Amino acid sequence: MSSRGPRLLEWRLGTVAELVQETPRVASLVLDVPDWQGHLAGQHVDVRLTADDGYQAQRSYSIASAPEDPRLAITVERLDDGEVSPYLVGEVRKGDKVELRGPIGGYFVWRATDARPLLLVAGGSGIVPLMAMLRHRAAAHSTTPTRLLYSSRSLDDVIYRAELERLASASDGVTVTHTLTRMQPPGWKGYARRIDRAMLAEVCWPKDQMPITYICGPTPMVEGAATLLVDMAFDPASIKTERFGATGGSS
Amino acid sequence: MSFISRGFRGKRRDVAAAGRVPPGQYVVDDFPVLSAGPTPRIPVAEWNFVVEGEIDEPKKWTWDEFRKLSTEQVTKDIHCVTKWTKLDTAWTGVSVDTILEGVDTAAEYIVAFSYGGYTTNLPLEDVTGGKAWVAFEFDGQPLHPEHGGPARLLVPHLYFWKSAKWVRGLRLVNENQPGFWESNGYHMYGDPWREQRYWGD
Repeated sequence: MSSRGPRLLEWRLGTVAELVQETPRVASLVLDVPDWQGHLAGQHVDVRLTADDGYQAQRSYSIASAPEDPRLAITVERLDDGEVSPYLVGEVRKGDKVELRGPIGGYFVWRATDARPLLLVAGGSGIVPLMAMLRHRAAAHSTTPTRLLYSSRSLDDVIYRAELERLASASDGVTVTHTLTRMQPPGWKGYARRIDRAMLAEVCWPKDQMPITYICGPTPMVEGAATLLVDMAFDPASIKTERFGATGGSS
Repeated sequence: MSFISRGFRGKRRDVAAAGRVPPGQYVVDDFPVLSAGPTPRIPVAEWNFVVEGEIDEPKKWTWDEFRKLSTEQVTKDIHCVTKWTKLDTAWTGVSVDTILEGVDTAAEYIVAFSYGGYTTNLPLEDVTGGKAWVAFEFDGQPLHPEHGGPARLLVPHLYFWKSAKWVRGLRLVNENQPGFWESNGYHMYGDPWREQRYWGD
């Protein structure tokens, strides 16, 4: 049934222009999508796969590319018992077509015109929509003071590692802080534990600077970090969250 | 259907469940959490529930008063717009019919509103006639704050964003006013069987 609303989100066919293996389990699909209507940093798309007998499966994936990028990128973590992610990370080849629609979601979004200091807190593949924000910030030549706190299991699990290093070394106001929760390389001097109050207190902006915070990752990490910030008297309305499934075992 | 995803087979669900899973959904065993911000923590001593808007005398309950209302136990399938469906979820709560007992109103819609500022809109007829509850137990246990405790709206026949977490009242209104997600790209009604996920669906 069609109801009120400014636009219908139609299914479109994107062509895989590039595949980027980000980590052993994570890949980015860079897609050419004809007539893509554009998106905001932080939004997601629905992907629909169709088998030859008509069976279909749908999942949502955050957009990784900046709105300024002519191509649309999604970054997908392969879940071994999953249905869609092992296809997108493993089966799909350059030149294949992928059906998608979007962009979706009007709340967990950041615009480069927002001048408030920006705190981004990521766990694992929760970095993806936050990376779209960082890429948008760079493409728009924003100098908004920005801090990223990124929790990964090990250095090998850090998605976009080289690009994050480049963004942090551009001296235009971005700092990147990693914490490696399970395994650290020899000589690692950074954080080596789950995000806790002391870590957030060291990394986050002072409250009186009225920062805006985006947190994305597995539910316990998002729940923990958001609760800590509220306990530290940050305005709950300035904290936006996006959570992945508790087990993640089904995507 | 014309497009085929080369090399995609999929994991077929068992036939028994298939008729209970709306288009585009897949079954999960866990209970994912989706919220746009931090989880509000509301002590029951400070909790209230109100019915207001197009009503002669607004109604209000404290937690203790609310818990004296007659309760129902229901087992329902729930469907989240983010694609997961959870079958046979067991809830205890107060039917919205009980909450609205004796209310005389010309309103055709409601806005459910929550601690933390969340809102969602529904036709009144979708929360009456045994279709909706204010639930405070899941699987026989007090509802965890992550899942909307102390109490959440439960409207299982619509996508689950309509089942407002941390609900603190219902506002009876004459016009269908978009709530939080309905203003952010999601469908005004949200019938999972007609796959009404987004604007224009």
